[in-house]
Amino acid sequence: MPLLDVRDLSVVFQRRGTRPVAAVDGVSFTVEPGQTVGLVGESGCGKSVTSLAIMGLLPRRGNTVTGEVRFEDTDLLKLRPAELRDRRGRDIGMIFQDPLSSLNPVIPLGLQVAEVLERHQGRTRREALREARGLLDAVGIPDPSRRLKEFPHQLSGGMRQRALIAIALACKPRLLIADEPTTALDVTIQAQILTLLKELVDNSGTALVMITHDLGVVAGLCDTVNVLYAGKVVERAGRHHLFAAPRHPYTDGLLQSVPRLDADRGGRLHQIRGSVSDNIPWSEGCAFAPRCDRVIDDCIGETVPLLGGALRCTNPVPKGVRV
Amino acid sequence: MVRVISRRLIQLVATVVALMTLVFFWLRSLPGGPVDALLGERATPQTRELLTRALGYDQPIWVQYGRFLKNVVTGNFGNSIRTGEPVTEVIGRAFPATIELAIAAIIIAIGLGIPLGYLAAKHRGRLLDNATIIVTLVGISIPIFFLGYLLKDWLTQDIHLFPPSGRISTGLGNTDVTGFFVLDGLLTRELDASADALWHLVLPAFTLATIPLAIIIRITRASVLDVLDEDYIRTADAKGLRHATVRKRHVLRNALLPVVTTIGLQTGALLAGAVLTEKVYNWGGLGTLITDSISGGRDYPVLQALILLAAIVFIVVNLAVDLSYAFIDPRVRVK
Amino acid sequence: MATLAENKRRRIEELIARTSEAGGVSLFRDAGRRLLRNPTAIVGGVLILLFLIIAIFAPLVAPHDPVQRFPELTRDLTVDHIPGPTAGHPLGSDPLGRDFASRMIYGARQTLFVGVLATLIGLLLGVLLGAIAGALGGRVDAIIMRLTDVMLALPSLLLAITLVALASQSTQWTVIIAVAVVNVPIFARLLRGSMLAQRESDHVLAARALGVKRHDIVLRHMLPNSLTAVIVQATLTFAVAILDAAALSFLGLGDPDINRAEWGLMLGVDGVRYFEVRPELAYFPALAIILVALGFTLLGESIREALDPKNRR
Repeated sequence: MPLLDVRDLSVVFQRRGTRPVAAVDGVSFTVEPGQTVGLVGESGCGKSVTSLAIMGLLPRRGNTVTGEVRFEDTDLLKLRPAELRDRRGRDIGMIFQDPLSSLNPVIPLGLQVAEVLERHQGRTRREALREARGLLDAVGIPDPSRRLKEFPHQLSGGMRQRALIAIALACKPRLLIADEPTTALDVTIQAQILTLLKELVDNSGTALVMITHDLGVVAGLCDTVNVLYAGKVVERAGRHHLFAAPRHPYTDGLLQSVPRLDADRGGRLHQIRGSVSDNIPWSEGCAFAPRCDRVIDDCIGETVPLLGGALRCTNPVPKGVRV
Repeated sequence: MVRVISRRLIQLVATVVALMTLVFFWLRSLPGGPVDALLGERATPQTRELLTRALGYDQPIWVQYGRFLKNVVTGNFGNSIRTGEPVTEVIGRAFPATIELAIAAIIIAIGLGIPLGYLAAKHRGRLLDNATIIVTLVGISIPIFFLGYLLKDWLTQDIHLFPPSGRISTGLGNTDVTGFFVLDGLLTRELDASADALWHLVLPAFTLATIPLAIIIRITRASVLDVLDEDYIRTADAKGLRHATVRKRHVLRNALLPVVTTIGLQTGALLAGAVLTEKVYNWGGLGTLITDSISGGRDYPVLQALILLAAIVFIVVNLAVDLSYAFIDPRVRVK
Repeated sequence: MATLAENKRRRIEELIARTSEAGGVSLFRDAGRRLLRNPTAIVGGVLILLFLIIAIFAPLVAPHDPVQRFPELTRDLTVDHIPGPTAGHPLGSDPLGRDFASRMIYGARQTLFVGVLATLIGLLLGVLLGAIAGALGGRVDAIIMRLTDVMLALPSLLLAITLVALASQSTQWTVIIAVAVVNVPIFARLLRGSMLAQRESDHVLAARALGVKRHDIVLRHMLPNSLTAVIVQATLTFAVAILDAAALSFLGLGDPDINRAEWGLMLGVDGVRYFEVRPELAYFPALAIILVALGFTLLGESIREALDPKNRR
C-alpha cells in the first residue's frame, strides 16, 4: 500500500469578480514508503499548490479543493482542521523555498525547533530544547548551543535552510515535502543541502516529495518523476527512463534546455517557444499544443487522456530517437 | 545601545533649544508683546515703561535671550502674567490632572484597540470587521470636542450615569499627595474619593481615547492581516502547532511591532486632544491652562513653558518607544 | 563626433523618458481602473462631489442670504430659546436670527476654502522644501531636515495652537496658515524620502550616467514620480485640516468674523455654546464635517491602495 495516494486532486481558485482558475487539474500520483518522488514543472504549473493542498495549508477562502489525498488509511482532505494539525509536523513535514521568510524573525531559533517537539511529543520546554540542540547538530549546524539562542537574521541562508530541515524532520515524519528547497540558495550551498536531504531521508526511511523546476535536482534524488504542465501530470516515469527517453515533447524540451558540457561551443541552447500565457484550456485539447514542436491536428479538440497512466500526448517523441 | 541613547538625547536637547529659540524670537518680534497683553492698550506710558523695565524687556535682545536660556536650564520660567505666581508652580499644579487623564486614555486605547483590531482581522470581510472599519473611520473623522459634548449630553444629562465635569465631587475632601486623585485616594485609604475620581475620569478618558483608539484598531488590523500572509506563519501551520499557539506566539508578536510605533505617535495626538477634552469637561489640567493662557491675554511665560514641556514629553515618549522596539524586535537589537 | 554623441544621448534619453512615462501611464490607468471598482473609493468620491456641488452652487441652492437677520426669527430669540424649523426656514434659526439652512449651505464654501487653502499652502511649502532637500542633499538637506524636526517636536494641533497664539490676533488667515504650516514638515519629509528612493532607481541612475543635467533629472524624472505619494497625503490632509480648523474655533482661536459661515466655526462656537438650548446647531455642522472628512479619508486611502504595487496584477 502506498504511503501517500493522491487521487484526482483539483484546486480551483476563485477571487471575487474573476473567472475561476484551476491551478491543479486532476492530479494523481503515489508515493511508496521511503521513496523519493519528484514533481517537476515550470512556475505556475501547479506543483506548489499541489503540495500546499496535500498539507491543507491553502488559504481557507477563495479556493476549492476536490479529490482525495490518502495518507495511509486516511483521506487528509476529509479531516477536521484540528485533526489535520495533529498530523502536520508529526506524520508529514514540509520545508519551503525561502528559508529567511519561512522562519519567524522575532523568535529564537531554539524555540522554533523545540515547539514542534513540545506539540507532538509532549516534551517539556527544557527537554525539547535539549533535543533541538541534537537536531541542529544532526543537520550540520556548527555550535548548536549558541545557535539555539540566536535569531534567523543572524544565520546564513544555508544554515537557515538546515534549521528548517531540522524542524521538518524533528518528529521523524514518514513523509517530507520539500518545495523548491534550494532555489533561494547559492549554487555551492544547494549541493550541500541536497546531499544532506538525501542522507537524512535514506537513513530514516522517510519518503520524500521533491518539488522543483530544476532537472538537476531530480536527476540526483528522485526515484520516480511526475512532470506537471498547466495543472496536469503530462508524463510519469522512473528517473533513468525519463532522462534516457523522454516521451512528452514538453519533458523533452525541458531536458534539451539544460546546458550541457558536451554540447558544441557557441551552439544555441534549446528553448521552448512562447510562455505559459499561450496555453489553451485542457478542455480544448493539449494545453501545451501552441508551444509544441510536434503539434498535429489531433492535439486540438478534446482533453488528451493520461495514456497508460504515464503519458499525456497524442504525438509523443518516438522511443530511442534522442541521442 | 548606550551610544544610540546618548545620540538621541543630544538630538532631543538640540531640537528643544531650537524650538525655544524660535518661540522666543517670535514673541519678541510681535508688536506690543506681553506688555500690551498685560496692561491693555489704554495704559499710561509710565506704567508701561515701569513694567517693561521690571520684566527686563528694555535690555538688548541677545541679553534677554541669554537670560532666557539660563532660566530655561535652571527651570526658572518667571511668573505668570495672569496670576503672578511662578510658572513652575502653575504648571506643577495642572500637570498631574493631565497626566492622569492621558494615562487613562492610553490604557483604554491600547487595552481596547489591540484586541478589537485583532478580532476585526480574524473576522476579515465579515460583519464584525466591516462594522469596526466603519466605526473607526467615523472615529477619526469626528471632531472630538463635539463627541465630548455628545457623550456628556447623553450620559450625564439624559441618563445620570456619569458626572458632567470636574475631577472629583465637591465635598469629597481628598488629601492631596501626588495630585493624581485616583492614586491619592488609594494611598490615603480614602477609597470613596478614589472611586469618585475614577468615575469622573471615565467620560473624559473615553473622549480623549477616541482618535488613538480608532487608529490603533486600524493599524493592528492591517498589521495582523499582513503577518497572516507571511511565510513563517505557513511554517508554523506546517508544524501542526495549535491554532492558539500560532496566533499568540507567531502572529501577535510580529503584528505588534508597527502598533508600538503608532502608540508613540498617538501620545502626541493625546497631548493635543487633552486641550480640547479638558475644555469640554472643565478638567483643570495643562490643556485648560493653555486655553486660559491664550484667551485671557497671552500669558507668554506660561505658554513658553507649556510648549517646552509638550515638546519634551512628546520626544521622550517617542524615544522610549524606539528603545522598547529593541526589546521586541531582535533585528533592531543587534544593530 | 560631437553630434554623434549628442544624438545618441538624446535617443537614449527619449527611451528613458518613454519607458518611465509608459510605466507612469499604465500605472495611473491601472490604478484608475482599480479605483472605479472599489466601492470605498466610490462612496468617498460621491461624498466629495456632493460637497463640491453644494459649495459651487451655494447661491442657487440656499433659500436665503446667510448673513441676513430675519425679524420673524429674531422676534422669538432669547438666551434659552432659538426658533426651530418654520415655513421658509427649514432648519430654523441660528443664535443671531439668521437662516440656519442657508448658513449650512454656504458653509460648504467656506469650509472648502479653508480646507483647500490650508492643504495647498502646506503642500506647496512642503514640496518646495522637500524637493530642495532631496535634490541638493548635503548641508542644505541637513538644515531642512533639522527644521522639520523642530516643527514635528510638537504634536500637530498643539503646533497650530501655538502658531495662532503667537500671532497677536487671529483672523481667518491665521487659522489657515497655522493649519497649513503644521503640514509642511509632513509633506517635506514625504517628498524628500520619495526623491531619495528615486535617486537610486534605475531610470534616474541611467539618466545620470548619461550626463543629463541635474535640474532636468529632478524636474523630469524624479519629481513627477514622487508626486503620487504627495497627492494621497494631500487628500488625507484635507480631512485633518478642517478638523483642526474646527478645533481652533472651539478653543476661541478661530476667525472672529461673526458673519463667516464655516462649519468648524459654526460647530466650535455657536454649536457648543447653545448645545443645551438647540443641539441641532451642533449636529448639522458636525455631521457635515464628519461626512466630508470621511469622504476625503476614504478617497485618499483608496488611492493609496490602488497605487500600491502590491495590489497590481
